[in-house]
Amino acid sequence: MIRLRKLARAASLLTTPLAPEDILSLFNPVFSARQLRGVVTRVVPETADSATIFFRPGRGWQAHLAGQWARIGVELDGVRHWRSYSLSAPAGQDPAITVTDMGAVSGALVRGTKPGDVLFLAPPQGDFVLPEHPRPLLMLTAGSGITPVMSMIRTLVPHRPDSDVVLIHTARTAADTIFREELAELADQFPNFRVTHWFTGEQGRLDFTSAADLDRLCPDWRQRAAYACGPEGFLDDAETLWEAEAAEATEAPSAVEGSLTIERFSTKLAGGEGHDGGLVTFEASDREVEADGDTPLLDVGEDAGILMPSGCRMGICHSCLIPLRAGHVRDLRTDEVHGEPGQLIQTCVSAAAGPVNLDL
Amino acid sequence: MTIVSDKPDVSEEAPKGGPSQSKASAAVKPRPGALAESGSPLVRPDAAAHLSDEQVAELGRELDAIKDEVLAKRGASDAAYIRRVIKVQRGLEITGRATLLVSKHKAAWVAGTAMLSFAKILENMELGHNILHGQWDWMRDPDIHSTTWDWDFVTPTRSWQHTHNDLHHRWTNVVGKDNDIGYNLLRMDPSQEWKPFNLGNPLYNAILAPVFEWGIALYDLELPDYKEGKKSKEAMTRDLKALGLKALKQFTKDYAATPAVAMLTGSGKQALYGTLTANAVRNVWAHAIIFCGHFPDGTDTFTEEMVEGETRGDWYVRQMIGSANISGSKFMHLMSGNLSHQIEHHLFPDLPSNRYAEVAPKVQEICQRYGLPYTTGPLLKQVGSTWAKVFKLALPPKKA
Repeated sequence: MIRLRKLARAASLLTTPLAPEDILSLFNPVFSARQLRGVVTRVVPETADSATIFFRPGRGWQAHLAGQWARIGVELDGVRHWRSYSLSAPAGQDPAITVTDMGAVSGALVRGTKPGDVLFLAPPQGDFVLPEHPRPLLMLTAGSGITPVMSMIRTLVPHRPDSDVVLIHTARTAADTIFREELAELADQFPNFRVTHWFTGEQGRLDFTSAADLDRLCPDWRQRAAYACGPEGFLDDAETLWEAEAAEATEAPSAVEGSLTIERFSTKLAGGEGHDGGLVTFEASDREVEADGDTPLLDVGEDAGILMPSGCRMGICHSCLIPLRAGHVRDLRTDEVHGEPGQLIQTCVSAAAGPVNLDL
Repeated sequence: MTIVSDKPDVSEEAPKGGPSQSKASAAVKPRPGALAESGSPLVRPDAAAHLSDEQVAELGRELDAIKDEVLAKRGASDAAYIRRVIKVQRGLEITGRATLLVSKHKAAWVAGTAMLSFAKILENMELGHNILHGQWDWMRDPDIHSTTWDWDFVTPTRSWQHTHNDLHHRWTNVVGKDNDIGYNLLRMDPSQEWKPFNLGNPLYNAILAPVFEWGIALYDLELPDYKEGKKSKEAMTRDLKALGLKALKQFTKDYAATPAVAMLTGSGKQALYGTLTANAVRNVWAHAIIFCGHFPDGTDTFTEEMVEGETRGDWYVRQMIGSANISGSKFMHLMSGNLSHQIEHHLFPDLPSNRYAEVAPKVQEICQRYGLPYTTGPLLKQVGSTWAKVFKLALPPKKA
């Protein structure tokens, strides 16, 4: 490894200003000096609108823990977009994401990905992971919320006979249920795993307002460490139920031993309507300023006494680029509202569209 | 689209000194970002004197529409284009350099030197210059981005982006503001005061061409600004350090590491001649193309009165009549980094270069309709024209 690095440094004397990886990328697209990449090895359709994409990551990827997610960069019409997806493959194996078509990016992934395509990657992260010590588990999932939990089940159930896992999964119909066959096989094969499907199309929503449904589906749920993943409403309801039970438990101790771990796909800041501005936060400078929707962020920053990089101030020289951390900006030239975390924005022609966080 | 700001001038509130401040204050006044949609400058250039305020404003709207049309189409095919050029360039670069390693064979020397020359030209022109303009930033690809790209050229990218993108492109051909008129070395405009030093104009230009990259590196240090106290000592030290480091790397690659490896086959000396030749070929070519951008007959220069109160339409007019194109084949356009479409590049400096060709006829049509010059010609004619100017302006103006 060390020798390899020395070799790379020697080679870079001949390739500067490029890195040797930039040359190697001519032969293998996974190589890049700047950007972690993966090559798609297999695409497996799951349901009518979901698919699992297996990929082989380049150097720099860290093996994922069951339940973690990764940011995946995809190109749509030449423009890179980043989204976070849970890794559905078991820990210890090549990573895979299971994606449900819900928008432009996920749609392109589900319908347009083929083996050999290059995905852009950020290393796996997240603390929605299995407990350190063996405990009876209850998994509550809804829709595509099954994906991180599937990684946990695949990691745990076949390899740990002492595990005890109950999965309650809700989906609209049987046809919409991702991993249905594999779950049935696992439940057949391993007595330590039990799965209950709940079809909201027939049975309505799983009711968390009282403990009745859970009591019926998994009577010992209070003794289990619970994991929940699904849409926001689903998680809010589950949280409320567990909190209520915990409040009761303080009156009668030991009634609830379980705990609830939830995985929320972070909600985006809503963009401002039309020309509304918002609170601009310069994170590194630790300063907040109210801005209207028509003043370039460059001016906003300068007025606040921040040393903003700047150049032509008319949107042509790109000297003023600053990474966006959160929120949306409006392009003063086109009125287009845009913004993804990490995107470099031209502050001289961009105004706040709602709250904005900048990395400066 | 209105970008008007009535904010007080920042340079008055900003603390004096400090590297970034000294740059900012140069860029702040007056603010072209706040160019008016209507009105007129104190003086309109001769070539555009026949146009009314309303006509100039309408011309601006027409050019905006051309830009919007390209922006709407820009996408996957453009991304594929720039990646293809990068691939070809890197292939040429690595094959050329590898071939030079056995260049004691004459055919290998010729092939290796030719490939490396082509690679260096492509890298500087179609890739470096255009990527550093931010033409490809829209892809959001950190590998092809104005903030991360570094080029096979001795001047550090930040320094060049400042003198080129911020200053030259904003103040195109405004005498006293755009130092690209002669690069502080040559007398390239009759309104520049003649000094006996200028007698050497042709000599300086001939010497400059084969070492053009070093000339640009020196120019980007903005030594006159430093002498006049407009550039701080800290900024100077920082820029010198960056240049030193970059020059060391470039020098090591071409003149030490490559010949050293070639010595293994007994081709050390030949490899050194090969890299020297490739750099010189690139320098002469870049010098020729760049001089054809604003110096041939037919291009105008401007006075500071002409930019006082300049509207958005007038800004466009100045870019068009201050620049000149080079006509030629697709290959010529590629090798010039599409700077053969200098007029289109100056109108839309951050549109992807592969789109300039399709924009050109529309721009030419607009020039015709508004009675504005659209200067273009084959390479040799334009090069001849710039050299004629170099010679002519070496001599003092004739007394009337």
